[in-house]
Amino acid sequence: MKPVNPKTGARSSAIKTQIDENLKRVYQQALTEEVPDRFVELLAQLKAKESQQ
Amino acid sequence: MTASGGGDPRDQLVTLVPSLRAFALSLCRNGAQADDLVQETLLKAWSNMDKFDPATKLEAWLFTILRNTFYSALRKSRREVQDSDGIHAASQFDKPDHDGRLAFKDFERAFDQLSPEHREVLVLVGASGYSCEEAAEMMGVAVGTVKSRTSRARKRLAELMGLAEGEDMLPDADGGTAAVLSRSSVIAA
Repeated sequence: MKPVNPKTGARSSAIKTQIDENLKRVYQQALTEEVPDRFVELLAQLKAKESQQ
Repeated sequence: MTASGGGDPRDQLVTLVPSLRAFALSLCRNGAQADDLVQETLLKAWSNMDKFDPATKLEAWLFTILRNTFYSALRKSRREVQDSDGIHAASQFDKPDHDGRLAFKDFERAFDQLSPEHREVLVLVGASGYSCEEAAEMMGVAVGTVKSRTSRARKRLAELMGLAEGEDMLPDADGGTAAVLSRSSVIAA
């Protein structure tokens, strides 16, 4: 086993936690944006086209 | 025939648009391009829905289509623009100031500079809550590759943020002081 420097180990795990928090924030920000109408319309059009067939 | 229980998975597509956009944006880092990617994904998913296995997660299946679409376009454009890496290398990243606040803007700038492959693995594993096994399946690579890529991506991100080993991105009680002290000693030296 590689000896772990407790201080460096704790810091790098703190960095990892902070990176993950920021990643979640980036992702959540995009996730909570309002869905543009174009996608709702696109899916409605696809559905309408199919029910015609 | 449609799957039992859930009905036509196509009816669920609209509810998954927000996560598709979030994932697309983490790959492209450009809103217009991300939305085009989402549109292409929805069209492909719609016409290939018979290939979806209802026993699996629809979102994971869509993410797979989205990333494959993204990377095949990227491979094409990389052949066209050979020097994209050179351009990135030229725009040197300024080291952020550590002033005791959460350096989210700095984080975003560093995140922008990662390769799409690194952003992808970080978002799948670190932000959207997929397991390494699920991410491996979506990315078409071994689980070990997902794990090693995740750790390289974290390391690269820390480097881009000017966080050498032992420094702290969110300076708090003692970590912050240590980071500031080590930084000043570098400047003074």
